[in-house]
Amino acid sequence: MAYKFDFSTILPYWDMLLHGIVLTTELTVIGAVFGVALGTLGAWARSAKTPVISPIVGIYVELIRNTPFLVQLFFIFFGLPALGVRMGEFEAAVLAMVVNLGAYSTEIIRAGIQSIPRGQIEAAASLAMNRVQIFRYVVILPALKKIWPALSSQIVIVMLGSSVCSQIAAEELTFAANYIQSRNFRAFEVYFVVAGLYLVMSIVLRWLLKKIGNRMFERRRHV
Amino acid sequence: MSDFTLGVIVYNLMLAARWTVLLSLIAFVCGGIVGLLILMLRVSGRRWLVRLTIGYVELFQGTPLLMQLFLVFFGLPLIGIDVSPWMAATLALTLFTSAFLAEIWRGCVEAIGKGQWEASASLGMNFREQMRWIILPQAMRIAIAPTVGFSVQVVKGTALTSIIGFVELTKAGTMITNATFAPFTVYGCVALYYFIICYPLSLYARHLEGKLHVAR
Repeated sequence: MAYKFDFSTILPYWDMLLHGIVLTTELTVIGAVFGVALGTLGAWARSAKTPVISPIVGIYVELIRNTPFLVQLFFIFFGLPALGVRMGEFEAAVLAMVVNLGAYSTEIIRAGIQSIPRGQIEAAASLAMNRVQIFRYVVILPALKKIWPALSSQIVIVMLGSSVCSQIAAEELTFAANYIQSRNFRAFEVYFVVAGLYLVMSIVLRWLLKKIGNRMFERRRHV
Repeated sequence: MSDFTLGVIVYNLMLAARWTVLLSLIAFVCGGIVGLLILMLRVSGRRWLVRLTIGYVELFQGTPLLMQLFLVFFGLPLIGIDVSPWMAATLALTLFTSAFLAEIWRGCVEAIGKGQWEASASLGMNFREQMRWIILPQAMRIAIAPTVGFSVQVVKGTALTSIIGFVELTKAGTMITNATFAPFTVYGCVALYYFIICYPLSLYARHLEGKLHVAR
């Protein structure tokens, strides 16, 4: 019996797919913004070598980078309520993504900060800039510029990783796919189409991040 | 109703962790072999082959591993191949690994100076000989650190196979949680096991990286 592919059975569910795309986008944007912010703070703490905070950040980074995202998600969604911390699936998914990206971007941004020549920081200090000013104007922008490609691909990886959030019933794109294939029994067609959607999303996201990078770093160059 | 003490949980998770390790090893070795083939096509210089490999890498780096698993798991039965979760997991992880390794190794091959290619060509070497004697031995030295680093991603990737029903560390964690209602302890232990597997690899990769920079 030859299998007949039938992609038309997916069409009635287009609104679910759209909803999934919107939710995946939301997860990615919130995760990326707060994840990179967390990573910047972490990188600062790591490179400032403060006695207590630096090692703690180091442990956080290693713990997250050496465990699967799925397990982190389960731990947050199923494990934390045992300690009295309850949250919905969307909050748990966002939190997991922020925590995950935070660890990776800490490591990436730290590498960028380390590449800033010592002399530049000393020059800024001799201009009587305080520590915050030095970090804001002299360190972080050139550092981000240097590692922007690496950070971009990490954000794309996190976006793709968000497909796992379907496992705690966050209604993103993969959840929609699972739902649809449980209705029309066209598993292959559904996952094929959704994989295509992810591919398009990752290409768009990469392009977008490149544009953002260009704007962010070109404009400030002559300030 | 049996008692699940911490010892029982830890012991059972350890049994499951063996499958995680085995699956990672198989995926890494098979992925390495396929990745090497793709690398060869990629650096062969034939335009359509290069395009093909770029598409291949883009496909696997641009879609979630979970989708790849689903497609293999639900797709192969359609063309008459009966797949167990074990087979689907191995196949999907192999393809995934091969795409990433091919891309990593391409960077390493391209880091080898053009002069090396030209010099070996002027000695009358063909493509295979150039690769075997000139390019790969040098590229391998640079490649080893990022390759070890990537092995961590493979280990973590195996966690997703729990979703298609392959019983490894994460799936065992879920099953034990369903029996014990102690998700905090169980998932904590699961995470620790992954950490125990992955952290030495991370450390080794960093060590290799450090060594490489000194050598330069």
